[in-house]
This record gives sequence, structure tokens and C-alpha cells, in this order.
Amino acid sequence: MKARAFDYARPASVAEALAAFAEADGDASYIAGGQSLVPALALRLQAPAWLIDIGHIAELRGIAVEAGWLRLGALTRHVDAHDHPLIAAHAPLLALAAPHVAHPAIRNRGTLGGSVALADPASEFPAMMLAMGAEMEIAGPEGIRRVPADAFFLDLYQTALEPGELLVALHIPVARPEHRCAFDEIARRRGDYALAGCGIILAMSGGVVEEARIALLSVGPTPLRAHAAEAALTGAALDADAIRHAQAALMDDLDPPDAPEVPAAMRCHLARVLLGRLLAQIAEAA
Amino acid sequence: MNAPLGSLDRPNSYIGRAVTRPNAKRLLAGRGRYVTDLVLPRMLHAAFLRSPYAHARIVSIDVEAARAMPGVRLVATGADLARLCTPWVGTLDHFKGMKSAPQLPLPVEEVLWSGQAVVAVVADSRAQAEDAAEAVLVEFEELPPVADIDTAREPDAARAAAGIEDNLCFRSRLDTGGIDALFAGAAHVVEEEFHFGRHTAVTLEPRAILADWDASEGKLTVHHATQTPYQFQDLYSRHYGISEASVRVIAPDLGGSFGMKLHVYHEDMAVVGLSLLCRRPVKYVADRMESFVSDIHARDHRVRARMAVDDDGTILAMDVDDVTAIGAFSTYPRTSAVEGNQVIRLMGAPYRFRNYRAELSVVFQNKVQTSQYRAVGHPVACAVTERLVDLAAARAGLDPAAMRERNLIPDDAYPCSSPTGYQFEALSHQASLVRLKALMDYDALRAEQAALRARGIHRGIGIASFVEISNPSPAFYGIGGARISAQDGATLSVTPSGEVRCLISVTEQGQGTETIIGQIVADQFGVAREKVRVITGDTEITPHGGATWACRGAGIGGETALQAARRLRDNVLALAATILQARPGDLDLRDGIVVDALSGAERVSLAEVARIAYFRSDTLPPDARAQLSITHHYAPQGYPFAFTNGIQGCHVELDADTGLVKVLKHWVVEDCGRIINPLLVDEQVRGGVVQGLGAAFFEECRYDDNGQLTNGSLADYLVPMACEMPDIVVGHIETPTADTALGAKGCGEAGTAAASAAALNAVNDAMAPLGASIAQIPMTPERLLKSLGKI
Repeated sequence: MKARAFDYARPASVAEALAAFAEADGDASYIAGGQSLVPALALRLQAPAWLIDIGHIAELRGIAVEAGWLRLGALTRHVDAHDHPLIAAHAPLLALAAPHVAHPAIRNRGTLGGSVALADPASEFPAMMLAMGAEMEIAGPEGIRRVPADAFFLDLYQTALEPGELLVALHIPVARPEHRCAFDEIARRRGDYALAGCGIILAMSGGVVEEARIALLSVGPTPLRAHAAEAALTGAALDADAIRHAQAALMDDLDPPDAPEVPAAMRCHLARVLLGRLLAQIAEAA
Repeated sequence: MNAPLGSLDRPNSYIGRAVTRPNAKRLLAGRGRYVTDLVLPRMLHAAFLRSPYAHARIVSIDVEAARAMPGVRLVATGADLARLCTPWVGTLDHFKGMKSAPQLPLPVEEVLWSGQAVVAVVADSRAQAEDAAEAVLVEFEELPPVADIDTAREPDAARAAAGIEDNLCFRSRLDTGGIDALFAGAAHVVEEEFHFGRHTAVTLEPRAILADWDASEGKLTVHHATQTPYQFQDLYSRHYGISEASVRVIAPDLGGSFGMKLHVYHEDMAVVGLSLLCRRPVKYVADRMESFVSDIHARDHRVRARMAVDDDGTILAMDVDDVTAIGAFSTYPRTSAVEGNQVIRLMGAPYRFRNYRAELSVVFQNKVQTSQYRAVGHPVACAVTERLVDLAAARAGLDPAAMRERNLIPDDAYPCSSPTGYQFEALSHQASLVRLKALMDYDALRAEQAALRARGIHRGIGIASFVEISNPSPAFYGIGGARISAQDGATLSVTPSGEVRCLISVTEQGQGTETIIGQIVADQFGVAREKVRVITGDTEITPHGGATWACRGAGIGGETALQAARRLRDNVLALAATILQARPGDLDLRDGIVVDALSGAERVSLAEVARIAYFRSDTLPPDARAQLSITHHYAPQGYPFAFTNGIQGCHVELDADTGLVKVLKHWVVEDCGRIINPLLVDEQVRGGVVQGLGAAFFEECRYDDNGQLTNGSLADYLVPMACEMPDIVVGHIETPTADTALGAKGCGEAGTAAASAAALNAVNDAMAPLGASIAQIPMTPERLLKSLGKI
């Protein structure tokens, strides 16, 4: 299939990009890596009058650590999550998740900002923003604002981004020495959208969980924080009992959709298995 | 003069050698010419509006808005094309009582599956054609879709298509007699209900066609990504009323076919008509979304089967009921009944028992048509048989390998026939099993399995014997009235420089047909392989033949090439004898040089013989016959089919908490008779195994109750990828057929025939200690978790 005809703009700055969107009367899409948008255009699932290519905006690039936060420009590529030393040092969970994101060709083109802005519930990076407690830096006609991940993902493909707003950067609190993290997902083929995925950051002190952040992907309409499982772990020694309690508590966090190939009970079961395995992995390494 | 085939120590001994493919470098360099690459002057592009409903009446079609769109040259409906093209019916005479409704390029009154092409738009670009297709307004009146195979067969069921009296396309029964008594008296009876999902070919290159009607000389040229150019030359000629000689079908480079590219597709027939209407070249390339709803699907069988077994594990009888759903039409011209027919006839084929009963019901429903796809019927028959053999082994207290040792047809029992009437010339089941056990180190694997089970690691070992149909004679299609040739033809010429051109009717889809034909010609004629140029796939150039399907390219095409090369060599030696004033029988052609047959002394080069023949015939005596081109045809005349055999082993590890299965390793021992190129045979077998493992674990066209395909994209329809595939070890036994000098049988479907059966047995073996079992493929995590009682 061929995309419908569209006009194309390539602004040099965030201000120009916002202006271009406004001029298009809202009938526009920002495009960066294009790994989700281009197939959607080819399938005519989306047909904006304008494509605004933000790939050449220098302000959207860059990886830096500032005052306890790792700042990732929105154009940071998936491959950087895989390879970049600052990400490995300060956002190790992101680096753990990156190899599970599609395939190398897609990781070379796809951007973190694009993935988070699209908010596919089956994608790894949006869920990891929740687990890491990231904040999204958003540019709009009114200026810049920051939205915490917990308030960013609203519903299926719906985020706190208003029409025309542009995700500029992701801010991630740098990992602390007491952090232990783990990521895995269950997929039928390597690189596929997962049947369930889970990322965990535990702040550990002498074998006791002081703070837990757990996020799941592919278990509902949005990436999901497992608050009940976190609460079950907080203050507990990370042993087999605690893991079982967390797995049981996780069932209160989940209400996945039902589909013939993947019934809701199966997603719950897989999420539970995954959580148990990841917690056991952290416990064993401790 | 003819050194034994397969002896590798003579000049130009290419038969049996693992030589590389001459066309591989060209394709890797991006110099392939696929239909999609072709651009003709004044070429237009077609797109189709497709039915959103599985079954509906067409109330009205309004094309006015679409006609006015930019770049649009033609908007054609079913009625427009029906004026040009005669209808077709997908039945064969030897399938008694078979029925199917007539088909046209585009429907006139009724749509019969979701995704069926309804209106064609031809425009200057594909994008413009798609834009205009969106502007065509069709009013549909929804009709009840037939989706369930049981309710479809009830007397008052809604019909899948108008014009058929019920939804039963074809029914067949086989009965040797004696079944009920054997089952009643058997020590053990095992039974199971099996489900085989629908899947589809997913060729790397989708279907593509470029039809070019030249009104000035009344000539139709069709560039067509097909396996069978001659079949389509005949069909375009007859259905569009153009003389056969005025229709030229060219099959250029193809990116895979697997049986999918030899059926009549409605879009393809439509594109020919569109070119006639526009008087311009019209191209259509199916995109992947269209492929899923218009390429043939395959399998989709529910089989209830049981096996009676003696105390000591001797198989006594099988009793089978197969119901298969095929879509609303039977596919033309090869029908949609061949798969079911082969399912019931291949059941139990490797084993000695004599009593068998089967019933086949082929049922219409409102889905994409099914038809022949790689290893037609084999994986179904093999999985049912082999799973029952494993169940019976467990009942009789035998190891699965020992069960097969007891029941396989002995290697010294040939010729013999199966209870279903297949005649076997010579097979090697026992030798294959011995070889497989050695390759797998079967006993060590069983010991390791037991040790790992104690540690909670669930590994499974599955084996599956198989018989494959190859080298079909006219008993396959010709007898049923289809104009599908069982013979092949080759034209061989010596060029003035002493090289060889071989024009042959078998075709190349990426598997290496041209390579093996070149090997055979060079070997049998007596020149270096680099001196032979093989040309295929053009009805105006290559002689008429069956082309490539049903594993016939090597066995029938190869024998054609062999006989042709020997004839041409005789002509060259006769002419050289005239030139040298020698006797032809005293000469031989080796590496492009005519030599003294006994001493090997060089006498004259082939290039010199050719130079004299073409440029200095004045120096030859008046009665010299310089025939340096010959055309030769060969049709199989012995056994109706050359059956092959083999056995596969699969080793898996089951994650019982997630339902994921990792295939650790896979083994195949196969016997395709004379091996022409071991490298290509191994790759054919490995590719076939991957398709079989795809069926076992991943591939399934899933429909909802309304007849809508719910996973028609490569994001949702999972094909096996390299990461999930194991190492595949291939071993060979060679039992050449005595029907031909070459002795080759087919190998292209062997991998697919038994891979899913071996995998099914392996997964069941892994689950057995957990008290679970599965009788359905693909074995998805959901199905495995359910059978394990986890969800």
C-alpha cells in the first residue's frame, strides 16, 4: 500500500516545529525515526496533511547528566540505550531493556522520544519511564513544562501531550548505588511485542527492600506501575515468601484485556511468572 | 562410455557435487529482475477495492467519483471483465462428485470472503489507483457467513456460495475392509482428535503480474511471478479467447513460491482483462496485507483418528475421519481437494499394516481459498500417524524408536503397496531410522532427558517417519482433465564458440533448479559447468512442460536434461567422427575436447567442431548432418509417482511456566534417490524444516466468527525467524529410482512433511511427565499453558 499524499516540513528549531504544526491547523504529525509512523502511513491508518520532520533539530539531541538527572534528548536513538556509557551508568534499567526492543535496524532509526510519545503499551521504553520515575520535558505554545511519567500515560496511545506539543527530552533520576534492577519479557519470537514484560528497580539495604518500583508492559491499555506488588515488597526481606506475596499482590494491579490468542488469565499468569523470576534473580545476585 | 552416475573421479563429474549456484551472485548483487522491477513504456498500475464482509450481496457499485480522480484510466467491475473472460470451475474429473461454483475475475453478484477483490482501478501510479479505490462506493447487503465446519454440513445450513446445493465440495472414502473386527479385537486402541491450523506461504516476493496486450498484433505478453508459465499460457489463451501461440508468459526471477504461485488468482486474471481494456501494460503487485487475504491458504484440517495395536506393539489398522475447510470455491485448475485426498492416502504410509479406513469431507466456507502448498497433505497425515504411533508405543510399553523398528516396512520388502493403494518402488525406512538414531545419539539423548527431568528441566524428543510424493505422472492432473503437463522439454544447442545453451521447461524460484540442470547437462554432455547457460521460464523460448511443482524439477526435468545432453553429445561425436574420419564410438567428449575414448588423447576441440559446422560446412562431406541443436521431451512412464522417504528427529525444551518451547536441535535423514547437489538438497531440506516448525509453533491464519481474518499482517501472523530456529542436521540415504537413468526423486517437501510431526511428538514427550498432552498445531503458549492446566 502507498501512503496518501502529504506535505513535508523540516524545521530547524523547536519553535519552528511548533509554528509549523500550528500553521497546519492541527492536521499534522511530527516524525522522527518513523518506525511506527511510516508503517501507519503506508497502511493508511494515519493520513495527516503535513509531516513535520523534527529529525534535524539540534536542541532535541544530546545525552548529559545534570544535577542528579540524566537528560536524554528526544531524538536519542534506541541503539544509544543499548550502547551509550552514560545510559549504562545512570539508567541501567534502560540498557537492560534495550536489547529486547525490536531488531537492530529498528533500534538504529527509532527514537526514545518517539517511543514514549507514541506510548504503545507493548513497548519497553514507556514502561521503563514509569519504573525509573522519569519526567517528560514538553514544549508547547505556552513554553516548557515537565510531566512525571506517572501522570504522562493516560490511556491507549493517549498521553499528557496536547495536540501540537512536542516531547523535547526525557529526564531520568540517576541510579543510586543501592539500586538493583532487572528486566525481562516473554515474547514468542525475539524482538516481537512481548506477551508480558517487566522492569524492576529495588533500593536494597542489607537484604531488605527499602523502595520498589515495578512497571509492566503489554498487560493493559497503558504501561503500568504495579503499586500493590511494590507495597508488598517495601520493607520486606527479599526472600521466597516476599516474592510469593508480591506475586499475589500483583494480581490486584492487573486487569488485562481478553483476546482469543492471549486470554486475560494468561497475561496475568505470565506477568506473575515474570515478576517471580526477576525478583528471584535480584535476590540471588544480592 | 557412460561412467556410473555419482562417480566423482571423471572429468565434468558434476552430478553428486556440492557446487554453488551461478545465479546467487547476481541476486545478491541486486541484479535480479523480478516482476516488480519491470517498467514498460506506457505502463499503468492496478489496485483493488476489497470486500469488508465474509459474505455479502453486491447491491450497487458507484464508480463515478473514482473515475474522476487524478491519473485514473479505468475503473472496472465484475460485469466489465465478465464480458471478456469466460468463467472457470475448480474441479477435476477423477475426483468423482466434486463440485464448485463458477468463478470470474471479479464478482458480479456476491462476495464470498473478506478481502475478495471487487472493483479494479487502473491509474498512472499505484498510489493514485489506491486513492481512487477508496472513492469507489459499493453497497453490500450482508449475508450469513459459513465459518464452522460442522454447522456448514447440516442440511439447512446457509450456503457459502450461490449456485451450489450444499457446502460439501467433495467426499471420498477408502476402506480395505476388516476394520471393525480388528479394532474390536485389538489389545490396544489409541485415538485422538487433531486440529491443524490454516496457514499460508508468505513468500519473500509477493504475487506480481504485468500484463501487456499489444492490440497491433493481437499478442498478450504476461510477466508473471509464477512457477508454471505454460499452465498460465493455456489458461489466459482459453479464458480470454486468444490463440495459444499469441500468448507469451514470462516468469522472470522469483522470490519463493512453495506451491502458492501456481494457482489462478482473481486479481491476476483481472489484470489480463484490464490490459485488454486499456490496451496498455498493467502491473499489479500484491502488498503483504493483500497477500494474507488473497494468496491461497493451506491445511485447516480436523482429523479424528484411531489406531489398533497388538500386544507386542504391532500396528493392525487405522481409521481416519478428515474434515477440511477450503473457502467458498475450489481453487482452479488444481482444485482444493488434493490436500485432503493426500492426507487420507498418506496416512500410515511408512508402516506395514494392511487394514485401513478413511473418510474425507471437503467443506466450503466463507474464507480465503485453500489449495496446494509445500508438502500438500503430508504434514497432516504424518503428524496424525506419528502421534498415534507414539501413543500406541506408550500403551505397548515400547520406546518410540523401538515401536518404529517393529512396524516400519522392511527395506527388503519392495516393491510393495500401501493399504491406500500407493505403489512403492524402493524405500529405506529402516536404514533411515538407524542413521537417525546414530546422528541424534538417541540413547544418550534419552539418558540426558531423564537426568534433566530430575532437575525440573522438561526436554522432549520426537521422531517422525515419512513418505513423500514426487515425480508425478499424468495420473496426478492429466487424468483429471487439467491441461497441466507431466512431461518436460529441453532444447540444447552448441554455440559457434563451443558453449551450450539449455532451454528447459522446469523453472527456478530460488531453490536452484537452474544450477542442477546445468550440472546434469555439463556432466552428461562433457563440458565445464561454466560453459552451460540454462534459460527457463519463457513460453516463447523454452519448450512446453510441467515446470516446477510437486517435487518434479530434479526427477523429471533432470532426466529430460540428461537424455537431451546425451543426444546432443552423440550428434557432436558423429560430426567429429566425420571431420576426423574416425568412428563415433571410438570418441568421447571430455571437458569440451573430443578425445580418443580409450587413450584419452585429444583429437579436436568442441569449439573447432562448432566452428566448422557453423562457418565451414563447405569442408564437410555432402551427407554430413551437423545437428548441433536438439529438442528432447521426457515423460515419466514407470511408477505413477516416485515416492521418497525419510525420518526426522526433534529435540525441544519446554518452559512449563510460560508455555514457550525452545527447539534445541532438529535432525533429518532423507532418501531422495540420486543426489545431484548435496548442498542444494540440504538447503531444501532445512528450508522445508523451518516451514514445518513454523506450522508447529507459529503460523496460523486466525478468523473470528464473522469470517474476518484477525492477524493478517506480519506483526500478528508469526513466521519462524532465525533466532528461534535450531541447527538442522541432515543425513542422506540414496536409493535411486530405476525408472530413470538419473535416478533422482524429489526432496523439496521432505523437510516440511515431517518437521511439525516430530515437533508435536517432542513437545508431547516433554509434557508427558506433567500429565499433559496436545493434539493441535500451532502449539502456541496459550494452548500449551491450557493443556498444562496453568490457565
